[in-house]
Amino acid sequence: MVLPLFRPKDDPGPSFLGLLDKVGMGPAEAFFRADRRRADGLVIDGPERQLSPHATTLVAVRHRDGVVMAGDRRATSGNLISHRTIEKVFPADRHSGVAISGTAGIAMEMVRLFQMQLEHYEKVEGKALSLDGKANQLSQMLRGHLPLAMQGLGVVPIFAGYDHRQEAGRLFQYDVTGGRYEERDHAATGSGMLHASTVVKLRYREEMSADDAVDVVVEALFQAADEDSATGGPDPIRGIYPVVATITAEGFQRLEDDLVAQRTATLLASLGGNAAAGGATT
Amino acid sequence: MSMPMYVSPEQLMKDKADFARKGIARGRAAIGCTFADGVLLCAENPSNTLRKVSEIYDRIGFVGVGRYNEFDSLRKGGVRHADLKGYAYSREDVDARSLANLYAETLGGYFTHEPKPLEIEMLVGEMGEEPDGDQLFHLLYDGTVMDMRTFAVIGGEAETIRARLEEAWSREADLTGSVAAAVAALGGPDRTLVADDLEVAVLARSNGRRAFRRVEGDELTGLLP
Repeated sequence: MVLPLFRPKDDPGPSFLGLLDKVGMGPAEAFFRADRRRADGLVIDGPERQLSPHATTLVAVRHRDGVVMAGDRRATSGNLISHRTIEKVFPADRHSGVAISGTAGIAMEMVRLFQMQLEHYEKVEGKALSLDGKANQLSQMLRGHLPLAMQGLGVVPIFAGYDHRQEAGRLFQYDVTGGRYEERDHAATGSGMLHASTVVKLRYREEMSADDAVDVVVEALFQAADEDSATGGPDPIRGIYPVVATITAEGFQRLEDDLVAQRTATLLASLGGNAAAGGATT
Repeated sequence: MSMPMYVSPEQLMKDKADFARKGIARGRAAIGCTFADGVLLCAENPSNTLRKVSEIYDRIGFVGVGRYNEFDSLRKGGVRHADLKGYAYSREDVDARSLANLYAETLGGYFTHEPKPLEIEMLVGEMGEEPDGDQLFHLLYDGTVMDMRTFAVIGGEAETIRARLEEAWSREADLTGSVAAAVAALGGPDRTLVADDLEVAVLARSNGRRAFRRVEGDELTGLLP
């Protein structure tokens, strides 16, 4: 390896994707840059589509101190469950998080590159990007990914963070074309998003506390899993619970599994019936 | 046809070294030292925006003195090297030793092959998992690299400051103690440095994955005597 030094006209600036491009290292090129060599003949549909695991329901809810994000743990390949403990909610940097649905392998690589992109910018420039700047970066990566999305390997994320300038949590929804839509109160993506959204819509209150928001997302994911086979519900036998993270002025923090288990047990008890008996023993 | 003037290699190297040393001696000094919780990087720098101390990677920090554009371009090169390596392999595979070697190669290359050597001196600090792993690499303008587990001083009047720090520094000192020792050594007996004159950062085991943290504003003022 040599030290990557560039002449001013070749300098990739603070962009990590630009840097990968310059040094010729890259899945990033194929995945996230529309103008690059892409697998033109490749259309993944029909049974082959089951080859790549898909990740499913994600929700984000704004509360008075920031945002809560959550995702179930299941990845599916067609009608099979391919992973039970996959993670779909990640810190993007200290004060923001990203949750992904869609083709799992590509989505995870996108998250890794997105994390690098934000950290690299911060270190090279000596200053972190604004929250809008981070949201915009993710848009551009999705736009670059559009050709593969058209071939059936789509990724749809949610981005949320604490904006120090506005002193509030903010959240953004995306589509496969890179379209970016800021949501005021809540957002959802993935196959179970309709069911999850309905729960959030009914339970949402302005200025709710972070604690209440956690209860809302746990319930939203439970109900989504109840209706959608691609969304995994809480699994007390194996001790698998949704990933729940809060983002506040103090930063991104993933809640302990024990805490989520406890909230789930409370929820199941309140729903009553057999679910409570099965859910309360962890 | 006139013959090009002959200059002996010894003379050439000596001239280059004198030139680089003079450039470096004009700038203010910086200190890197280990302390109980990791590595302290402390520079005298009246500017609030043009940084001498920076983050390279999770456990690696950088201090440069001399010509700003020269050390800043090497700083960026270091960040790029580390991020690329962490991306290609794994975050734990990124270490200060290989970065220091690359810096040494680059500095040596400039010193030998370019008409003008780089007028800079740098420190690369790495915080270990355990205090035993804390390390500093001191890089000179000609590519000389030295590794140490105690402290290093770079920039103008480095010798005097080193002598002062030798007496005050302690491996077991906490943040307050080591900042006090470093700042007193930088200022000397006649000057009192305040927060605005300083740029201080730590690589501390208590900071989580990205160990680099700037100590500034009220926090820094509170640490100064």
